[in-house]
Amino acid sequence: MPILVPDINLRIIAPALIVTVTAIVVLLGELVTPAERKRWLGYLSIAGLVVAAFAAFSLWGANASGFSGMVVADNFGLFLTLTIALSAALSILLSIPFIHAHEIDQGEYYVLLLASVAGMIVMATATDLIVIFLGLELLSLPLYILAAFQREDTRSLEAGIKYFLLGAFSSAFFLYGIALVFGATGTTNLAKIAASLAQSAGSPMLSIGVGLLMVGFAFKVALVPFHWWTPDVYDGAPTTVTAFMSVAVKAAAFGAFFRTFQFALPALALDWRAVAAVLAVLTMTLGNVAALLQSNVKRMLAYSSIAHAGYILIALVAMSANGLSSALFYLLAYTVTNLGAFGAVIALSDGARERLEIKDFAGAAREHPLVALALTICLLSLAGFPPFAGFVGKFLIFGAAVETGWAWLAVIGVLNSLVSVYFYLRPVVQMYMSEPAEGWSGIRVAPLVALALLIAVISVIALGVFPAPAIALAAGGLIR
Amino acid sequence: MLAYLSLLIVLPLLGALVLLFVPRQNNDAVRWIALATTLVELAISVALFLSFRSDSAAAQFVERVPWIPQLGISYYVGVDGLSLLMVLLTAFLMVIAIGGSWAGITERVKEYHIIFLILEAAVIGVFVALDLFLFYVFWEFTLIPMAFLIGIWGHGRRVYAAVKFILFTMFGSLLMLVSILALVFAHRDATGVLTFALPEILKTPVPLGLQGLLFAAFALAFAIKVPMFPFHTWLPDAHVEAPTAGSVILAGVLLKMGTYGFIRFNMPLFPEAARSFAPLLIVLAIIGIIYGAIVSAVQRDVKSLVAFSSVSHLGFVMLGLFAFNAQGMSGGILQMVNHGLSTGALFLLVGMLYERRHTRLIADFGGIAKVMPIFAAFFLLVMFSSVGLPGLNGFVGEFLILVGAFQANPWYAAFAATGVVLSAIYLLWMYQRVMTGEVTKPENAALKDLSAREIALLVALVVFIIWIGVYPRTFLDPIQASVTNLLNVVR
Repeated sequence: MPILVPDINLRIIAPALIVTVTAIVVLLGELVTPAERKRWLGYLSIAGLVVAAFAAFSLWGANASGFSGMVVADNFGLFLTLTIALSAALSILLSIPFIHAHEIDQGEYYVLLLASVAGMIVMATATDLIVIFLGLELLSLPLYILAAFQREDTRSLEAGIKYFLLGAFSSAFFLYGIALVFGATGTTNLAKIAASLAQSAGSPMLSIGVGLLMVGFAFKVALVPFHWWTPDVYDGAPTTVTAFMSVAVKAAAFGAFFRTFQFALPALALDWRAVAAVLAVLTMTLGNVAALLQSNVKRMLAYSSIAHAGYILIALVAMSANGLSSALFYLLAYTVTNLGAFGAVIALSDGARERLEIKDFAGAAREHPLVALALTICLLSLAGFPPFAGFVGKFLIFGAAVETGWAWLAVIGVLNSLVSVYFYLRPVVQMYMSEPAEGWSGIRVAPLVALALLIAVISVIALGVFPAPAIALAAGGLIR
Repeated sequence: MLAYLSLLIVLPLLGALVLLFVPRQNNDAVRWIALATTLVELAISVALFLSFRSDSAAAQFVERVPWIPQLGISYYVGVDGLSLLMVLLTAFLMVIAIGGSWAGITERVKEYHIIFLILEAAVIGVFVALDLFLFYVFWEFTLIPMAFLIGIWGHGRRVYAAVKFILFTMFGSLLMLVSILALVFAHRDATGVLTFALPEILKTPVPLGLQGLLFAAFALAFAIKVPMFPFHTWLPDAHVEAPTAGSVILAGVLLKMGTYGFIRFNMPLFPEAARSFAPLLIVLAIIGIIYGAIVSAVQRDVKSLVAFSSVSHLGFVMLGLFAFNAQGMSGGILQMVNHGLSTGALFLLVGMLYERRHTRLIADFGGIAKVMPIFAAFFLLVMFSSVGLPGLNGFVGEFLILVGAFQANPWYAAFAATGVVLSAIYLLWMYQRVMTGEVTKPENAALKDLSAREIALLVALVVFIIWIGVYPRTFLDPIQASVTNLLNVVR
């Protein structure tokens, strides 16, 4: 009987490991940091994320797998890792002044956020359904708490409870899906599932399992009709947490979504592509139409984030190399753009009093021309105007759809972006074309928020004007 | 060789960048810097026009740099006679627009001029781009500054007009984006080369089955921009609410992007489809000519009258282009320039009146010629140019178009000619009510006549109005090679 040697290769999971260690250090540091120095825990967290990003870079092109094929370090996963690390670092920059102003500056905030990041990285690089589930839970549990972090605010608590209940529900779906797929194929390893399906025909059990997996993913990335939690959670959670959730969770969950379906289940593509196409149409349309009706910026961005998940799903339907890289580019573009938009909203808030109604933005361009310009650029990018990142993202995704014969889906996509132009322009119209509202005087933009905003806006423009390097990185692809 | 065309795109952006650092209260410095930028831009355009070799239909002053090599996208610019004429028109009207905003714009002057210069860069980009992706980027980007101009410095329902302008135009152009992708991938499937470069795509005919659909999508985007009947409803709103210089540029340059698109993309890319769609487009053009003229006649606001007359004039342009013969097409292209000059001048004149009286209703005026004789003289001349009086630019363009239309089908010319008569009616009737007679309103009795600045602007426009009327060859010769080349493809 051969002796089983555990296939431990810590280098492959170095990014997740570094983030976890940072979380532990911050947790311990919290005990010895005096109240007025809490911001240093934030800086420490960012430093950890930067180191993790470097680790991910050093693995670029390694295409190694470890832990008996459970985790992989391919360029697809590493690109997502970098995107997630970037979104977390920018969120923390926004958070340090934010949680101070709202008197919730406790070290646990950063610990939970880092733990969630570790889960996301695991999820994005996992090649086994069980490990994907592990990442999913590690990602979700800290977010439930973070959503409810403003303990004095009932809406924040409501957001936490709602997210927890529906999240737990979707985890159950996902787990049940894993069980059924395991029952049908005898394995939870993605490569082995693909191999097994290549030889044998599908069964009803397998189809139901795949369907349940899709439901689980659909919950996490908020596809219609599994999106009902999104507006309330995004609205109630602290704004910085919303900003982080709206981008990073998508990156991680879509990563696993693409990996599972495009890599492990191509044999069933005929079925799930049709379902995904329908979901994409529903998600884009409902997300955009609902966003039209919002008078609150946070809810508008929440619904619009649903719509963006719909666009990304088109890339999955395309099921091609270009589709995969377009999704990666889109996730990166969406990350910097949406964080920029949230950053500008935070920058325009008056200490603990946030301006979240669209009409509150009236005249902002006169009082804060640079912040208004930053918000305008981000909103135009979200709407898909050139020469900003969001346009290139949409261009790549619609290109992948047209290339693979799904031109009608691209047409529905562009019509949806037309709808989105209308609501993204509303804050712009308020800022530039309305008379100033009262209460602008005396607002100072925190330097860290300004820094985050600057990074985001420069990225939005750079990705829009010189997209070639990022597209090249995104084209690294999955290892087979 | 120097990168002249890139310089044309970058120069206004540099000007805008400089303006960013001018102190907010120093409005005169802002105006002078903006004017200087547009003047240098015009000088470069003229230099290009003079050194252009008009015996060739190939793109000149070409620059090409890989941009997104993975997708075959490059920064690829160049001009043929048509593009260069449009660049010249843009550079010229931008000077007029900046000069025409001198007194009218007193709020947020710095932002205004920055946005204007960005708009100039984007429009020039549209006319020189030879890569479909690059073209689309510039095309879409022109929307944002124009919408800001209308939305911030406009009148009354400016926000409504700005948003309507964006949504209407985007509806067409987003479908065009999908068509561009379909075209590029069809070309790749046929040749194995993924490229967005127009000259390369033109080398391989587009499959017949695909032509109709793609033509329709491109045509929709351009027809909204032109605007052709029945896609014109955004235009009166945008024009009436826009500030004067915004209207000058909108009518003079942005509408030309639509007709330019038809010539540059629709005709050579999808010649078979262009032939089968031509009767439909011509009928729509003729409806536009007559409808625009009739609606103009009943307007109570001088500016909406001029706005609706644009629908009529652009109908003439479309008629000439789709007659598919040398006279019609040359006339159509020349009429694009003529409309830019005449209608631009009309909007400028209406704006001058508005700055003095803060109203544009015809009923509020009467006998203005007595108070402002110089103004009235310019108004009369520009109006004649718009009507098509021989010796002025409008006559040459409309005559060529009607000759071309007659060759294609005498009925086309017969119906279109009624538009010429109608244009005389609505313009002269308006002139009569506004300018002639006794001064009936006491508010009008003390209006000041034109200032030296205003006269200078109008003289510049009138010089070209007469030049084209007397010696159009200066502007017809450079486009001949392109027209001949295009007609060989389409016919």
